[in-house]
Amino acid sequence: MILQGIAFYVFAALLVASGVMVISARNPVHSVLFLILAFFQAAGLCVLMGAEFIAMILVIVYVGAVAVLFLFVVMMLDINFRELRQGALEALPLGALVGLILLAELAAVLGGWIVAPGVATVAGAPTPALDQVTNTHALGQLMYTQYVYLFQASGIVLLIAMIGAIVLTLRSRAGVRKQNVNVQIARHRDEVVVIRKVTTGEGV
Amino acid sequence: MEIGLGHYLTVSAIIFTLGVLGIFLNRKNVIIILMSIEMMLLAVNLNLVAFSTFLHDLVGQIFAMIILTVAAAEAAIGLAILVVYFRNRGSIRVEDINMMKG
Repeated sequence: MILQGIAFYVFAALLVASGVMVISARNPVHSVLFLILAFFQAAGLCVLMGAEFIAMILVIVYVGAVAVLFLFVVMMLDINFRELRQGALEALPLGALVGLILLAELAAVLGGWIVAPGVATVAGAPTPALDQVTNTHALGQLMYTQYVYLFQASGIVLLIAMIGAIVLTLRSRAGVRKQNVNVQIARHRDEVVVIRKVTTGEGV
Repeated sequence: MEIGLGHYLTVSAIIFTLGVLGIFLNRKNVIIILMSIEMMLLAVNLNLVAFSTFLHDLVGQIFAMIILTVAAAEAAIGLAILVVYFRNRGSIRVEDINMMKG
């Protein structure tokens, strides 16, 4: 139990620290790298809570896809980030005020939180005992039966996002020489070859 | 040193607040704003997973996966819009995004 506490505090402290670095790093590449660190810490917290599948999905989706996408975009665009950082401090008082109010509200809500004693009996899908089915197995059994429509809908969301991203970023450049196989095959000998009689000494 | 629901909720509340603060601090940089939104979604996910495990109800984890899907889709579309915008205007300053006079 003491080990769990130590692990929690290590993960939580690193998560908060890397979160601070994400919003305060001067170089956006560093921001993205700290975001990756934050996602890893969040995955560690999920493992501590016993949600292994969510933890692995966090690592795969957030770190493997989203953060790498961010990294690509940050490195691809040629942006003067120093200019973008100017004036960041003048927004600090307002931002700090809003953040403090939000944090106080969250603390007020969460501090007074009491779990009703009989809440486990009204669970939508009670977690089965861990020695019978693993977390992944239980999630799969729930996801592919009771929530299959939601699962399909999220697949459609991803499909639409993929098509949207491709349509947005696709462009046809002018002046690029490409091989056009149809034109090449459709060429006919009569159209492109001319046979002439050349008399000696006169040329074509 | 029992780690309870409140500990996890506190961590996710701090992360969510950091996300909001990041939006205010980096008002000119769309990329950092998108990263802040990702952090807020991460905090929401942590909340859902915490409630799911401490109340012994698996639905929260299903919900977290759906939110993860939507977050990935949002990041992809947002970055695609960003790339197109940069290609057209040569800048990603938030103040320059006023073509629609919103």
